[in-house]
Amino acid sequence: MSNTQNSSLRPSRMKRRLSRDGEDSPSSCEGPTDSCKRVRQPTVDSGDLPPDWACLPQEILLHIFQFLPLLDRAFASQVCRGWNEAFHMPELWRCFEFELNQPASSYLKATHPDLIKQIIKRHSNHLQYVSFKVDSSTESAEAACDILSQLVNCSLKTLGLISTARPSFMELPKSHFISALTVVFVNSKSLSSLKIDDTPVDDPSLKVLVANNSDTLKLLKMSSCPHVSPAGILCVADQCHGLRELALNYHLLSDELLLALSSEKHVHLEHLRIDVVSENPGQQFHTIKKSSWDAMVRHSPKFNLVMYFFLYEDEFGPFFRDEIPVTHLYFGRSVSKEVLGRVGMNCPRLVELVVCANGLRPLDEELIRIAERCQHLSAIGLGECEVSCSAFVEFVKMCGRRLSQLSIMEEVLIPDHKYSLDEIHWEVSKHLGRVWFPDMMPTW
Amino acid sequence: MVVNSVHWFRKGLRLHDNPALQEALNGAETVRCVYILDPWFAGSANVGVNRWRFLLESLEDLDTSLRKLNSRLFVVRGQPTDVFPRLFKEWNVTRLTFEYDSEPYGKERDAAIIKMAQEYGVETAVRNTHTLYNPDRIIEMNNHSPPLTFKRFQAIVNRLELPRKPLPTISQEQMARCQTKISENHDERYGVPSLEELGFKTHGDSSHVWKGGETEALERLNKHLDRKAWVANFERPRITAQSLFASPTGLSPYLRFGCLSCRVFYYNLWELYMKLRRSSSPPLSLFGQLLWREFFYTAGTNNPNFDHMEGNPICVQIPWDHNPEALAKWAEGRTGFPWIDAIMTQLRQEGWIHHLARHAVACFLTRGDLWISWESGMKVFEELLLDADWSVNAGSWMWLSCSAFFQQFFHCYCPVGFGRRTDPSGDYIRRYIPKLKDYPNRYIFEPWNAPESVQKAANCIVGVDYPKPMINHAENSRLNIERMKQVYQQLSHYRGLSE
Repeated sequence: MSNTQNSSLRPSRMKRRLSRDGEDSPSSCEGPTDSCKRVRQPTVDSGDLPPDWACLPQEILLHIFQFLPLLDRAFASQVCRGWNEAFHMPELWRCFEFELNQPASSYLKATHPDLIKQIIKRHSNHLQYVSFKVDSSTESAEAACDILSQLVNCSLKTLGLISTARPSFMELPKSHFISALTVVFVNSKSLSSLKIDDTPVDDPSLKVLVANNSDTLKLLKMSSCPHVSPAGILCVADQCHGLRELALNYHLLSDELLLALSSEKHVHLEHLRIDVVSENPGQQFHTIKKSSWDAMVRHSPKFNLVMYFFLYEDEFGPFFRDEIPVTHLYFGRSVSKEVLGRVGMNCPRLVELVVCANGLRPLDEELIRIAERCQHLSAIGLGECEVSCSAFVEFVKMCGRRLSQLSIMEEVLIPDHKYSLDEIHWEVSKHLGRVWFPDMMPTW
Repeated sequence: MVVNSVHWFRKGLRLHDNPALQEALNGAETVRCVYILDPWFAGSANVGVNRWRFLLESLEDLDTSLRKLNSRLFVVRGQPTDVFPRLFKEWNVTRLTFEYDSEPYGKERDAAIIKMAQEYGVETAVRNTHTLYNPDRIIEMNNHSPPLTFKRFQAIVNRLELPRKPLPTISQEQMARCQTKISENHDERYGVPSLEELGFKTHGDSSHVWKGGETEALERLNKHLDRKAWVANFERPRITAQSLFASPTGLSPYLRFGCLSCRVFYYNLWELYMKLRRSSSPPLSLFGQLLWREFFYTAGTNNPNFDHMEGNPICVQIPWDHNPEALAKWAEGRTGFPWIDAIMTQLRQEGWIHHLARHAVACFLTRGDLWISWESGMKVFEELLLDADWSVNAGSWMWLSCSAFFQQFFHCYCPVGFGRRTDPSGDYIRRYIPKLKDYPNRYIFEPWNAPESVQKAANCIVGVDYPKPMINHAENSRLNIERMKQVYQQLSHYRGLSE
């Protein structure tokens, strides 16, 4: 366990003793164990004192502390004044995740209120990457807003509001939430990433966001924000030309939005996630023109279009009638054979397909067509569906080794004259070039 | 030296294929079969009336069978650690036998009893017959850790020796060599208790579906094999509406209590397959049900925290919601989703539901809709489900909630669609939720969508006579997929769908 193993790059430093006034500045790419090794092995100079932990320079302490979970760091800070000072160095307070849970509604521990007070008092101007994880109780969401309102000296780069269970932000009085959020928007001025799914954010607050952060905003996730209108999100797309990732619900999607995102001034979009959710059965959904999608593809040829569908079977009318550049497609409820047929016809960029349920008629034709026409398909998941073993083998043969994810429930595969269940996994493994088995569920 | 044996029944409630019991009889002067039961404990234990009834019927059956062999079952009230010292002295016991229990709690309890027996000079003989294989052997062959995927488990089992052949049932001759003195007041002291004695009020409703006991188990086994032979088909049966109802050939509760030996079941299936298919050896898939049971027993045997999320090394830590009100609605079949409510009603009334029904309600409670911890669901099943034992119940719940065993979480069962596809006739709903019986098939799985006129005609108004749906499934499944993703994307081993 010689130090000299690491010394090839920095030979002279390894033997240097750490002086009391901490002038040494260790290389930042050493791991904590390297630094400890250095301290443990004094040089052969005679008359040297043994290493003194209290002399460990702040920079090394800082580096070590960054590896410690918060609780351990807090314990370490109680050791001596020097370590306490290191604990409060700004670099350690750039990222923080506030965990707000009530014992009545969650099994998880919460960030200690005293710590929260300390952070607001001493470190709010150090915070840059902040997230709030709240449970399903209104108190937790309120506590989050409370903290947000106090972050006046903050210049946040990222902010995430995450509900770990039921969306409790939606239960707050809207104005209360908006005013807290606006504090951050106004003070930050360089927000790059914002995750506000399942919150009561509205059009005016988005305007405030845009007014202060349009140059820096790169990521915006706002699925299920019912108070936002298509005009509200359009304002964001129009002004925030650096926006690369966007997540929203289908009702906010419009031709104008897609055109705004593909305008010349706009950077290439990387990721667009759309949730299509049915509020009431028989809901009518608007259509997006093919020309709008074409414009998107022309402008951002590599972008991922991720669509999650949670609809009743008969609500798919407006979808997949024309070519659509979707890459990741997820059907959360039952989807009909006919719609899957249209998917095969109209989704040439498809990379990943997940079908939770279909029905009791085999999807043989539809799968073969998808194998034919979706040349980029590399992942597929089938739940409550039926496919004959022969058609499935054919499908896998056509896709070949590009299928890196093949997650098929065992009940999906219907044995036929060519293949039994025991035989099929050999055939499929052969064509995939790796050992494959269907997914199983306990039959007990 | 005089050998006085005591055979301790816990599971393994049968006289056939019972090597431990055979060992008790071996060269013994007297043999007494005991079952230890604490009636005071009955009320507080998480055990429902159906499970107690099944157990008591199984004990009665044992008693009846033993009577035919000039012996009796001794049901001793109390706790093992208190009861055994007394019995050792009173009966001059020199040998104690019982069937091996691979569950962590069982192993601990038995280690203490074995130690105590040694102190009393009582030799102990333990035999492994509750599972086909020895779980420790499987673990050893898997690099000293239990297989955590079913395929891996099957691969290991394939390399093992076949399970031991079952022993025949205890014979008259064997018993005749040992005598048991039965006292006049045996029924008073050691009789099988009634449900009333355990604190249950039974309103004389004995129209229950699953009758406990070895006799019933063996009859069912024959019917089960007859049916398989008649169908001549060993493929996994397609589920029909009929499958949802309790089957007269269902065997899972009997395997759980040990009224039926799993080896007897195994070899009977084997022989039948060989006879009908005339082939060399059956595929592993023939024993699907039995192997799942083995899988969970093996996974749990060295893990005392197997039935918890916290402190369980194989369980993903998921931020489940804590919501007693929602949990109660689910447990009591008041969710407003007829498919879920019918299943939970059947479970409470009869003590058994089809495995797909289990998937449906487990998914609904956990990752599908309510986002409540699988531990809560497991406890409800423990109370109500006849075939739920510690390992299989905990393991299945972890599996179905995608908390362990590397499950793909994209597959979500719809509480309306899945029911409709499984039972298009709606008869299952009508049987267990009679209030909805006049609803037309179109609306019976989603009565809240029926127009007022239909609801009035069916004499069942949603929100008044039957609850409104407690959640919006589309919204909740969307939310929950996101939650699962958040958890899984932080796991280094995650390689899955749903980006």
